[in-house]
Amino acid sequence: MEAVVQEQAVEAVARRRPARVSLEAFTFMSPTMLLVTLFFFVPVLLLLWISLTNLSSNTFGNPLCVGGAREVCEALGIRAGGVEFVGLSNYRRLFADRFFPKILRNTLFYVFSTLALFNVGLALVLALLTTHIERRVGFLFRAIWLLPRITPSVIYIMMWKRIAADAPFGILNQFLMPVGVEPRFWLKEAPWLFVIVTNGFVGASFGMLIFSSAIESIPRDYIMAAKVDGATTLQIIRTIIIPLIKWPLLFVTTYQTLSLLASFEYILLLTNGGPGLYRTEVWSLTAYHRALQTYFGNNQWGYGAAWGFVLVVIGIIFSVIYLRVFRFNELVQEPKIDAL
Amino acid sequence: MRVELRHLSKRWGNVVGVDNISLEVKDGEFVALLGPSGCGKTTTLLMIAGIYKPTSGEILFDGRVVNHIPPKDRNIGMVFQSYALYPHMTVFENIAYPLKLQKVPKEEQRRRVQHVADMMGIGHLLDRKPGQLSGGQQQRVALGRALVKDPKLLLFDEPLSNLDARLRLTMRGEIKRRQMELGITSIYVTHDQVEAMTMADRIAVIKDGKLQAYDTPDELYERPRTLFIAGFIGNPPMNLIKNVEVVVEGERYIARNEAFCLEVPAERGKKVVGQGKVILGIRPEDISLADDGEGVRGEVYVVEPLGRDDLVNVQLPGDTFVHFLADPALRLKPGMPVTLRFNTEKAQFFDPHTERSLLWQ
Ligand SMILES: Nc1ncnc2c1ncn2[C@@H]1O[C@H](COP(=O)(O)OP(=O)(O)O)[C@@H](O)[C@H]1O
Ligand SMILES: [Mg+2]
Repeated sequence: MEAVVQEQAVEAVARRRPARVSLEAFTFMSPTMLLVTLFFFVPVLLLLWISLTNLSSNTFGNPLCVGGAREVCEALGIRAGGVEFVGLSNYRRLFADRFFPKILRNTLFYVFSTLALFNVGLALVLALLTTHIERRVGFLFRAIWLLPRITPSVIYIMMWKRIAADAPFGILNQFLMPVGVEPRFWLKEAPWLFVIVTNGFVGASFGMLIFSSAIESIPRDYIMAAKVDGATTLQIIRTIIIPLIKWPLLFVTTYQTLSLLASFEYILLLTNGGPGLYRTEVWSLTAYHRALQTYFGNNQWGYGAAWGFVLVVIGIIFSVIYLRVFRFNELVQEPKIDAL
Repeated sequence: MRVELRHLSKRWGNVVGVDNISLEVKDGEFVALLGPSGCGKTTTLLMIAGIYKPTSGEILFDGRVVNHIPPKDRNIGMVFQSYALYPHMTVFENIAYPLKLQKVPKEEQRRRVQHVADMMGIGHLLDRKPGQLSGGQQQRVALGRALVKDPKLLLFDEPLSNLDARLRLTMRGEIKRRQMELGITSIYVTHDQVEAMTMADRIAVIKDGKLQAYDTPDELYERPRTLFIAGFIGNPPMNLIKNVEVVVEGERYIARNEAFCLEVPAERGKKVVGQGKVILGIRPEDISLADDGEGVRGEVYVVEPLGRDDLVNVQLPGDTFVHFLADPALRLKPGMPVTLRFNTEKAQFFDPHTERSLLWQ
């Protein structure tokens, strides 16, 4: 009898739970949802809206005053300018752009080489090196690697411009001349090298910090056990350390892919997409150029917004792919406390 | 394999982990390193494994100095207190790991892992991850991984301290039996003297990084050479009574203080007589209730039931306390007067300054 009552009570709790959980979940998530809405969904919707208009310096006006709203705006004294709703024509123009394939290729090349060589590759190497030497030395080394990150972007890039400057200047030239290398304008000769290196040197420190703290949190016993089991340092790294920092690795890969996709300020300062026509122009830089910096002073906000919006879509596609491929949902475990 | 430590020390700056330890482990012997936590047992073991480099001294395997041989070439199996099972590998992969590193052919790996797993009674768990196993099962996997490569030396670092009392008892017997069957030289670190007493052929008692004694369990128990060993070996611990003087009265040797006068066997008494105030050691099991009323009078202070026995703390005149084991059927209660008989055949005597035994040098 008692058991039956208890069973019913348990069932009742079980039935009641979903509703209560979702309300609680909603309450706890609301601050985050508010922030995400305010700083992601709203801007993305505005971006999408602008990308569907012909907003530019020539047609400057409130982008909401299109179509039937124009008269309302005029009645209220809001400047409508020449803004018109143009449908998908900005997108048609984008995909028909002569440089669209080149910019797409540039973007993928830039993102994945920087990611593989520096933001994940070098970061992992640095983390492994600094955790395999004396602690204090490792700490100092990591601190030094953080310097570029805390240097203002403009100063950092100016330094690189000096390093790669044209002959007879250029720090690189000063070092290479004595060993018999003809002085030259390195930045122009190898723009991608410098674009990737400048971004990578800064980008690597993020992964380096995450990886080295993940490596340091691996219990010493695993490493000792592996040594006794007969593993060399390289085998320990490959068979114990890397698998145990799988999640930080995947996290950094995902996070850095997205930040590289959206980053353009170093390229802007370093090469501004050149030399020549779109040699190092990447997607986000194109959006910037179209919207805010054109040769004839005509800022094509509508067209730039279309580039920006497609980048958002690319970012979302990458996120979904990463989430699926890396099975991030396995990271999210049911809290143990629920099992009580 | 024979293992020899010669003047082995390990220091980190000012911290002394191990201080000049020398001992020899015979082929096939089971030796326990016993000492309170922080005394340098793990450090000693890790030096033998090759993970720590000795600051000074030598480690010899079969007479050959191995100080500069890396762990992977020492052919050692080790079981850690935390088990240190690789969490991303299945039980099979964990046990096969040493074989994989030796590039043993896949088929042979499978056979040897299965053999060891069956021996440890975990043959049905090979597909699980360590996180899905109980403590006892993890322990067996760890032991299996240590055994799979047929090591010449087995090292154990407090392997049972994370198990519950019952399982500890089972595993204690099991480890001992495997070791005897396989005849592998073993060094077993523990802070639990019962474990050391029951399992080891010889026990090295360590304190503050120094070797205190190295002897068979019986010797350590019957003839403790220092005060520390007397207090450390044996459970419940030996009673140590201060300010005892041994005098001769005619033919008889008498140990006395303000609480009692005890006759001591001549062969023990004559070594202590004239040494001034000494420390008398007597184990709780060597004290019993005197049924004839002749003996040391005192009053029950605390009774701790241990199940089979009651551990009774008795206050003697002059603030001396002694523990003894009593039959629970007697129902001793605090405050009850008791008369105790000390079996002085087993009495120990220590110099209070040097803390060394006056009986066994
Ligand atoms: N890596 C280390 N660096 C500095 N001191 C250490 C290190 N490892 C151990 N010690 C010190 O050495 C002493 C012995 O430690 P350990 O061998 O782990 O003791 P046990 O295993 O007997 O409990 C302790 O005082 C400990 O603090
Ligand atoms: Mg220890």
